[in-house]
Amino acid sequence: MLTILFDGIAYGMLLFVLACGLAVTLGLMNFVNLAHGAFAMAGGYATVILVNNWGVPFFAALPLAFLVAALLGLVLERSLYVHVYRKSHLDQVLFTIGLVFMSVAAVDYVMGSSQVFVRLPPWLQGQFNVLGVGVGRYRLLIILVCGVLTVALQLVLSRTRFGSRLRAAVDDARVARGLGIRVDSVFAITFAVGSGLAGLGGALGTEIVGLDPTFPLKFMIYFLIVVTVGGTSSITGPFLASLLLGIGDVAGKYYVPTLGAFVIYTIMIAVLIVRPQGLFSRGGVR
Amino acid sequence: MSLPPARPDPGPARASRARWHPLEVLFWLAALACYFVLPSKHLILTEIAILALFALSLDLILGYAGIVSLGHAAFFGFGAYVAGLLAKHQLASEPLAALLLAGLAALLLGFLTSFLVLRGSDLTRIMVTLGVALVLREIANRYAWLTGGADGLQGVSIEPLLGLFRFDMFGRTAHAYTLAVLFVLFLLARRIAHSPFGLSLQAIKGNQLRATAVGIAVNARLISIYSIAAFYAGVAGALLTQTTAFASLDVFSFERSADLLLVLIIGGTGYLYGGLIGALIFKLMQDYLSALTPQYWPFWIGLVLVVIVLVGRDRFSHWTRPLHRLADRLDWRAGQARRATVSERH
Amino acid sequence: MHRRSVLAATAALGLLLAPGAGWAQDSVKIGLILPMTGQQASTGKQISAAVRLYQQEHGDTVAGKKVEVIVKDDGAVPDNTKRLAQELIVNDKVNVIAGFGVTPAALAAAPLATEAKVVEVVMAAGTSIITERSPYITRTSFTLPQSSVIIADWAAKNGIKKVVSIVSDYAPGADAEKSFSERFKAAGGEVTEALKVPLANPDFAPFLQRAADAKPDAIFVFVPSGQGGTFMKQYAERGLDKAGIKLIGPGDVTDDDLLPAMGDAVIGAVTAHLYSADHNSAKNKAYVAAFKKANNFRPNFMSVGGYDGMHLIYEALKKTGGKADGDALIAAMKGLAWESPRGPISIDPDTRDIVQNIYIRKVEKKDGELYNVEFATFDAVKDPGKMKK
Repeated sequence: MLTILFDGIAYGMLLFVLACGLAVTLGLMNFVNLAHGAFAMAGGYATVILVNNWGVPFFAALPLAFLVAALLGLVLERSLYVHVYRKSHLDQVLFTIGLVFMSVAAVDYVMGSSQVFVRLPPWLQGQFNVLGVGVGRYRLLIILVCGVLTVALQLVLSRTRFGSRLRAAVDDARVARGLGIRVDSVFAITFAVGSGLAGLGGALGTEIVGLDPTFPLKFMIYFLIVVTVGGTSSITGPFLASLLLGIGDVAGKYYVPTLGAFVIYTIMIAVLIVRPQGLFSRGGVR
Repeated sequence: MSLPPARPDPGPARASRARWHPLEVLFWLAALACYFVLPSKHLILTEIAILALFALSLDLILGYAGIVSLGHAAFFGFGAYVAGLLAKHQLASEPLAALLLAGLAALLLGFLTSFLVLRGSDLTRIMVTLGVALVLREIANRYAWLTGGADGLQGVSIEPLLGLFRFDMFGRTAHAYTLAVLFVLFLLARRIAHSPFGLSLQAIKGNQLRATAVGIAVNARLISIYSIAAFYAGVAGALLTQTTAFASLDVFSFERSADLLLVLIIGGTGYLYGGLIGALIFKLMQDYLSALTPQYWPFWIGLVLVVIVLVGRDRFSHWTRPLHRLADRLDWRAGQARRATVSERH
Repeated sequence: MHRRSVLAATAALGLLLAPGAGWAQDSVKIGLILPMTGQQASTGKQISAAVRLYQQEHGDTVAGKKVEVIVKDDGAVPDNTKRLAQELIVNDKVNVIAGFGVTPAALAAAPLATEAKVVEVVMAAGTSIITERSPYITRTSFTLPQSSVIIADWAAKNGIKKVVSIVSDYAPGADAEKSFSERFKAAGGEVTEALKVPLANPDFAPFLQRAADAKPDAIFVFVPSGQGGTFMKQYAERGLDKAGIKLIGPGDVTDDDLLPAMGDAVIGAVTAHLYSADHNSAKNKAYVAAFKKANNFRPNFMSVGGYDGMHLIYEALKKTGGKADGDALIAAMKGLAWESPRGPISIDPDTRDIVQNIYIRKVEKKDGELYNVEFATFDAVKDPGKMKK
């Protein structure tokens, strides 16, 4: 069923945009940022407010959502996160979960507990038929945007100087510092961009998976699954992992609806049994 | 040719550490006193005791063997449902028997899933354990004819403890029961921690490769402690079912495992009391805040967590030096220093 | 460490022993246990807002007694509910426990209601068996079969022959699907497929696709209030409305709380439910206006459960002359009937469950906002789940 394949790819791409920031942060800074979902939520709510309340066109709201989340990430990183880098992983877990609690309650207070929706422009709604396959317009948009982003990310990583600095810092931060690379600003920029991507993902995902104050808690699991299965040493790892999980989840629910929820967890467990460091990791455990 | 140096006798150091510190005695006396002095708080103290036992079980694998688990609720929930089903279908009418059976069932589950945590990084273990817990939750949901599904297990009635003590509404029996089980299992855990087995676990936690080189059967030990921890968690879950006469899918939830990790991190890992203290602090804080602001209490708890980390957990223990010394007693790091001193003498 | 635990214990003593000084019996205390946090938080919000509104409008004194409401958050976790209910009964000495956002919560508190002889007023949960768990339980919310059965009747009479059902995979979903299927099949209809969607983080796309592929006349849907929006969006995205596949089901999927933001694709969905914010009665218009003014959001079907629950307690107290013990109250509650913002309702004296009108409504745009507009009424529907016995 090509429509299912299409839907699965869209879902997978969405997961990728949401989770790639987490993968990079984890791989680069060895920092367990369980609050990643909070940035996604920020982007989502920013879009809702921009489009619904201030009448900003949807397309303009997307980059704004990215900026809002990136800015939030930058500010938090410089002010709070930077103090926690050297602490143990357990402390990082405690810290980021504390941030999640705070963000969930704060959003609940300001925006209310109910789910919110984005008012899409009419030409983004519904489907059109391509050779007998129903292609959802919105899902097509997701695939296009995320595809472009992935290519852009890959290009930045491999062709720009910033990219090579980033890769150097991921491989060995100490040596990179020794070479004169300003690892701290690389961290800050990467964190901001990762959070911005999460925000964009949150904005795009509002239509597909819904947005309410408990979003960070609900989706933390999925981000972690993508990062674990994909490994943290590249962009392609999480990308392929997201696709695998997206298609697997959607196809599983279509063909074997009774096993719907099991599929994604079972895939993850199976992958981790066979390759504990993730499908596409370059080996070596952290 | 000189004989290889005899293995230093860890006897004196170990014995000194295994002796009861006066603070420990006071802790348990205070816990007992709460039973008599705070009659209106039986219910929350029972919950704290159950959470403490659950946290103790996580400490066994996290603090002593270095296995991070975000799915420990799997064993908690499994024990909870086994106890519930035993009571509902009247297969084990004495609560203590049901408790033991539930614990053993969880131990078996732990044993069967232990191979999943043998390899991989921290992140891998977190996700695999989480996956197992979530899969179990789905199974419990699917087989609603057995487990009651989302409605929860209905019709559970618990026989009086030892045939004498009915589980009353005020929670008196429940409190005494839970406290007693917690104490007994704590003693057992303490024994394990001080035994050669426990010491070998700490070696594995420190450096798995080196431990293998020294000849410690790493996998066997990890499997054993994982199963034992599963037993403890299963008992905690069974206690929950028995004291509330109810079991629902929430026993498997991600929130339960996550809260547990928080509790243990707050209290500190690796010295057995961390889980107990963390449970006390967390539950009291949650109860107090939730009474103040039923809707937005998570904000304040989050704030407390962030502040704790930013200020630094070690700075808190600055104010509780006796605690530090107790930690040294039960913690392997200081023990190592003592062992080194002992071996020099030989 | 002893220092620490002593400190904690003393602090606990100080803080926790403070309340719970239930003074004279000149006050009647209601323990309101609601999910104020977590995924069901919107239910808790609606009900607590409605309870507040009721007390604002009717004052807090009834039959010479002051009525005090203590709100507790259980996060929809049943062991929390049980402990909170126990503490409210034992420490705060409440006379009534109320609320209960989900079925397991209501069921967990049932044995306490029986043992302590305290009335339990269920304001939200909707499974049939709840009221049978204790002679002290009464309900002012609804039961799922009430709506499912009625929509089945309506569908059979309106040319719908083939239906695919999509429900969330948990007990209320199974309840809804079962009661719908039985009634629909008895009326000659056919349920070609019964799909179950995972409760947490659902992506309805594959299920909707599968349903669409079966080419039914209509899709019967039940998802918990809170997921209706996502479902409707994906239903529209798939173009199912344009393919002539109707959407029917209990009104949870067009929850008033979320309806305004759902978008025009929802227009035309036909549901059966107990309450619409558009219900055309003077009482309701006043209710909706006052509620919106106080809260900035529309009241939904959960809120009337809270509003009417308070009314039930107040009226029962008037009837017993202020006596607040369980037996007197529950006896007074049986058979009470009154006009609620949703329409006329009453408490069945035999089952203690709610008897109410069920309305068939269609989503339409009125004054630029989406509403469930009622166009047919089924009077005084009892819970079908119990009527079979």
